[in-house]
Amino acid sequence: MRNVKDRLRAWDFKEILAVWVFRICACGSIAAIALICLFLFLGGGPAIIEIGLTNFLFGRSWAPLNIPAEFGVLPMIAGSVYITVGAVIIGVPIGIFTAVFLAFMCPKKLHKLLKPIINLLAGIPSVVYGFFGMRAIVPVIRNISLALTDGGSGASILSASVLLGIMILPTIIAISESSIRAISKEYYEGALALGASHVRSVFFVVVPAAKSGILASVVLGIGRAVGETMAVVMVAGNQAMIPIFPEGIFRGGRSLTANIVLEMAYATDLHRDALIATAIVLFCFIFLINIIFTFLVRKDKN
Amino acid sequence: MLKCKFDVKGLDLYYSDFQALKKVDLEMSENEIMAFIGPSGCGKSTFLRTLNRMNDIVEGCRIEGKILLDGKDIYAKNVDVNQLRKRVGMVFQKPNPFPQSVYDNIAYGPITHGIRKKTDLDEIVEKALKDAAIWEEVKDRLRKSALGLSGGQQQRLCIARALAVEPEILLMDEPTSALDPVSTGTIEDLMVELREKYTIIIVTHNMQQATRISDKTAFFLMGEVIEYGKTIDIFSNPKHKRTENYITGRFG
Ligand SMILES: Nc1ncnc2c1ncn2[C@@H]1O[C@H](COP(=O)(O)OP(=O)(O)OP(=O)(O)O)[C@@H](O)[C@H]1O
Ligand SMILES: [Mg+2]
Repeated sequence: MRNVKDRLRAWDFKEILAVWVFRICACGSIAAIALICLFLFLGGGPAIIEIGLTNFLFGRSWAPLNIPAEFGVLPMIAGSVYITVGAVIIGVPIGIFTAVFLAFMCPKKLHKLLKPIINLLAGIPSVVYGFFGMRAIVPVIRNISLALTDGGSGASILSASVLLGIMILPTIIAISESSIRAISKEYYEGALALGASHVRSVFFVVVPAAKSGILASVVLGIGRAVGETMAVVMVAGNQAMIPIFPEGIFRGGRSLTANIVLEMAYATDLHRDALIATAIVLFCFIFLINIIFTFLVRKDKN
Repeated sequence: MLKCKFDVKGLDLYYSDFQALKKVDLEMSENEIMAFIGPSGCGKSTFLRTLNRMNDIVEGCRIEGKILLDGKDIYAKNVDVNQLRKRVGMVFQKPNPFPQSVYDNIAYGPITHGIRKKTDLDEIVEKALKDAAIWEEVKDRLRKSALGLSGGQQQRLCIARALAVEPEILLMDEPTSALDPVSTGTIEDLMVELREKYTIIIVTHNMQQATRISDKTAFFLMGEVIEYGKTIDIFSNPKHKRTENYITGRFG
């Protein structure tokens, strides 16, 4: 009897200790986020007020060294949007088809080979992607651009989109595949039993059933694309101009992230604060994307 | 004499090296309800799934022996499996409507088999739902998700979905095991009605159900068909001791 009690007490202690460890860790992450927010808004807020919110968000010219300096981030917002949309157009279909292939059409042995390779794709540092982009994508885009428009160095919105399209593949593939796999086999069998072919069963029953998971993967992919910095800087050309569709995609453009990293080293005073304010815009983008993601996942559960 | 639909001859089935069916011989006739009974794990579902080749998708599953449908071997090389499954419909144990609208659930089969005209589809959907005795309950919510229906309604929807491709045979694997007595009754009545037009093969754990609706019964045990014949005979006058033990609940 006593023995049991002692053991219970020891267990109690461990339990309480564990709970506190978890609590402290959780508080730590929350504190980190709170501090980042605080830093961003304290650092960038005054700059936005000084420049004026509309001037800042909708100003078409970013010329921090001019006198008077101009701090309009619209070119960068447009750049980020263009690059990301392009990445989605390129990466999402490929990613989803690959996920379907992995989940339903590929032999087990091939899956064992492909899966680690795709995971490896996720682990490659972005600077390496950047190099790949500079050497492999930019020259091809330059040729296309020369053929279609009158010029272009290849370092462009389109190059960045292609590269990011590749970089978001692992995210999209992994999450889409697992959500497709999570769809109960009953749907697939139900469709087969009606005489639908394998491909038809997969595409018209299983994939639609997994749509919220797939959407979530796309949203996460977008998040990755919006936040990517190094690789974009290396291939996008980085001119702070608003791209005009369609030739604009063959011209250089600058993303929000690139804007920060390119100028942070030498920026001072209001210029520096304006860069922090750029980070606020970026933060809002990511925040929005995360809200959408949470919403989708929640909808999936119901 | 009723026309023989399925003729199974010396069927062995293996899951990798586990033999799940042993020398099964059975005949199933048109316009009859055939019931499979037997303890859990004896191979009823396995056998049912060989009849529309659903076991093809199970890795490591292979069969020996013959299954003839209208005299033709359904495992022959030149058989179009999709066409076979169109002729031999299946209703699963757990209702599995697609997470789509009621209408789309029913229309999926006909669309798959090439019917595209909206008016034709409307007609088929309505007819299938009426045949499955669920039209009145869903006619105002055809565009709503099928997952919002009750379990019994979902199962009737699945029956309607199977009927919509106009099969000749309907395989049902414990279609009422997840349902309350009222829904079960509805579905049983439905099966008796459907017998006029289809051949129905049903797996059930419910002895009363087997006696209520089936014309023939086959008793499975450990992958073998121990006894089969007229339902009345099997239940009133079983030839084998093991059959008797099972149907009187003294099994174990
Ligand atoms: N995919 C599979 N792989 C390997 N063995 C299987 C597979 N499916 C079924 N079996 C085995 O085959 C035997 C028959 O299974 P089956 O599902 O046909 O039984 P059942 O009669 O339908 O049982 P229940 O009444 O519980 O549904 C069981 O021993 C089962 O473990
Ligand atoms: Mg079963």
